[in-house]
Amino acid sequence: MAAHVEPLTSAPGRPKRGKRPVPARGFVQRLRLGDEAAHLITLIFAFMIILITVLLVFELWRNSELPRHKFGWSFLWGTNWDPVAGDFAALPFIYGTVVTSILALLLSVPVGLGAAIFLSEMAPRKISNFLTFLIELLAAVPSVIYGLLAIFVLVPILRTTQPVFARFFGWIPIFSGPFYGVSYFSASVVLAIMIVPFIVSVSREVLLAVPNQQREAMLALGATKWDCTWRAVVPYAKRGIIGSVFLALARALGETMAVTMVIGNVATISKSLFAPGYTIAAVIANEFTEATDNLYVQALIELALVLFIVTMIINALARLLIVTTTTKDVAQ
Amino acid sequence: MKKMRQLLFILAMGLMSLGMNAQTALTGAGSTFVYPMMSKWAAQYHQLHPDIQINYQSIGSGGGIRQVSAGTVDFGATDGPMTDEQIAGSTVGKIMHIPLVMGADVPAYNIPGVSQELQFTPDVLAGIFLGKIANWNDPAIAKANPGANLPNQSIIVIHRSDGSGTTYIWTDYLTKVSKEWESAAGRGTSVKWPTGLGAKGNEGVAGMIRQMAGSIGYVELIYAQQNKIPYGRVKNSAGNFVAASVESVTAAAASAKIPADYRYSITNTAGKDAYPISGTTWALVPEHARDAAKGKIVVDFLQWVITDGQGMAPDLHYSKLPSDLVPRLQASLKTVK
Repeated sequence: MAAHVEPLTSAPGRPKRGKRPVPARGFVQRLRLGDEAAHLITLIFAFMIILITVLLVFELWRNSELPRHKFGWSFLWGTNWDPVAGDFAALPFIYGTVVTSILALLLSVPVGLGAAIFLSEMAPRKISNFLTFLIELLAAVPSVIYGLLAIFVLVPILRTTQPVFARFFGWIPIFSGPFYGVSYFSASVVLAIMIVPFIVSVSREVLLAVPNQQREAMLALGATKWDCTWRAVVPYAKRGIIGSVFLALARALGETMAVTMVIGNVATISKSLFAPGYTIAAVIANEFTEATDNLYVQALIELALVLFIVTMIINALARLLIVTTTTKDVAQ
Repeated sequence: MKKMRQLLFILAMGLMSLGMNAQTALTGAGSTFVYPMMSKWAAQYHQLHPDIQINYQSIGSGGGIRQVSAGTVDFGATDGPMTDEQIAGSTVGKIMHIPLVMGADVPAYNIPGVSQELQFTPDVLAGIFLGKIANWNDPAIAKANPGANLPNQSIIVIHRSDGSGTTYIWTDYLTKVSKEWESAAGRGTSVKWPTGLGAKGNEGVAGMIRQMAGSIGYVELIYAQQNKIPYGRVKNSAGNFVAASVESVTAAAASAKIPADYRYSITNTAGKDAYPISGTTWALVPEHARDAAKGKIVVDFLQWVITDGQGMAPDLHYSKLPSDLVPRLQASLKTVK
């Protein structure tokens, strides 16, 4: 005969399970517990960043009224920069900024990505840590020092090696023309040296974060070490790597001192990479303090607004690139 | 014991602030050219008047004009005089120009194989900077330099990329001697250069000239001398080839007609020993200072600068003001309140 045993529906000592719901924590209680306060404070900080950006654009817009009314859209495609006559236009600077940044990326991405792959996949851990520490030190060097290094070391080297190069490739339009040492190419090389540490450090972190299962799966299928790295690890980390590239690009677009020392500061558009040129950041740094009349100052501020918009456009293209490539390639 | 310490602390703070109040600080801003001289004057003046501290920021002539017009500094300094529009736009009333010192721009060059002093005529300089004369063995240069072994080397022109009073003096001279330059570029602290590469600051131009064979550029006399870069003589309006020096610049000012408001140019003046590419740095003083006490100190400082301070100028390679100008300046300064 089975004794009637009460089914154990609740832990001993606890009140009997009933239909009474556990009340959700009220606002005031959440505030006291710190949750709501944390939520509010972090929301305010995030909002402040957006507010600062909006204010920045607003101030740039407001303080560039004179040239906007005088030149309108032709400011963007004109090529004449004449402070004495009061005629200003942005195209030579936009061209210089875009050309130096893209060329800097073309030079630095293979080097940076290669270094990151070596440091994360192939080097012994001790060497990897030590070299990474050194590379990250490079990122902390002030840009003026890079500029000085460029003027006193890089430009003379380029001036001796370029004639040899030009003898074989000088017939190609982008390598034609006289070379003075200061040029788009010199500025791009300096920029490339400056942005490589960013690409290396961020890409290395991203590659290290790829889960080992990916590597194991690839190796189990019979791939070689390099196959595994190039076909399984790098595509998995593609998003982060592209993010690091655009972080580096952002620095290249805004770099001022190092560029103005080696680009020649000539407001023209040349098809040759060995010709001198000008960038937006360089012209603002050079001419802002001495710009006395209002149209001149506001034209420089309008150039700053143009740089801001160019940066936004490039970032938007970056996002587009990430979205379209990541969903296709990587088996998530 | 704690209360005693607090009381002593407050007393000490009070006494210190009393001591601090005895110090008056004047602020000035403007031309980078005059900065070494201004630093020396400020230091000397402080030794003579220990309660007055003069703080000068060399942010450029344009910045000096802006800040003194807006009233943020007590006095400004500029290598190019204010235009009529700039004077009209001042928010502190009328601003007086007081010349302080003078200097010169020299054509410095780097020609392989040529170490002697070359001679430049106004047409040659204008032609080079317009891009018309493109090679060192051009007949126009050879004509002015009989006997010089000028190589077949293309001329690289170096100019300033940043706005500057040095550029103002140089373009002022070229505008006076060449109609073509006047229509192509004109005069200003920043102009549209027909040819050439830009470098930042006098140091940048000097550095680039030293590095590039066949280059020519303009720098302040001091930079060419300190960096031992060869520079040429320039033909003045009397027909003599004059080298820039402390004396030849003073000679240029002596022969200039100086108007009542002291806004003048001493480029290409008459006078057989005058150096034609000379310029002046002016102090900008509001005629009715916002702070009357500080205004009086500014006037006293400037009175000292144009009299006793002038003696220090030649050591730093600046030229003194012509002696007949000083009494006029003293009289004008007395009218500033």
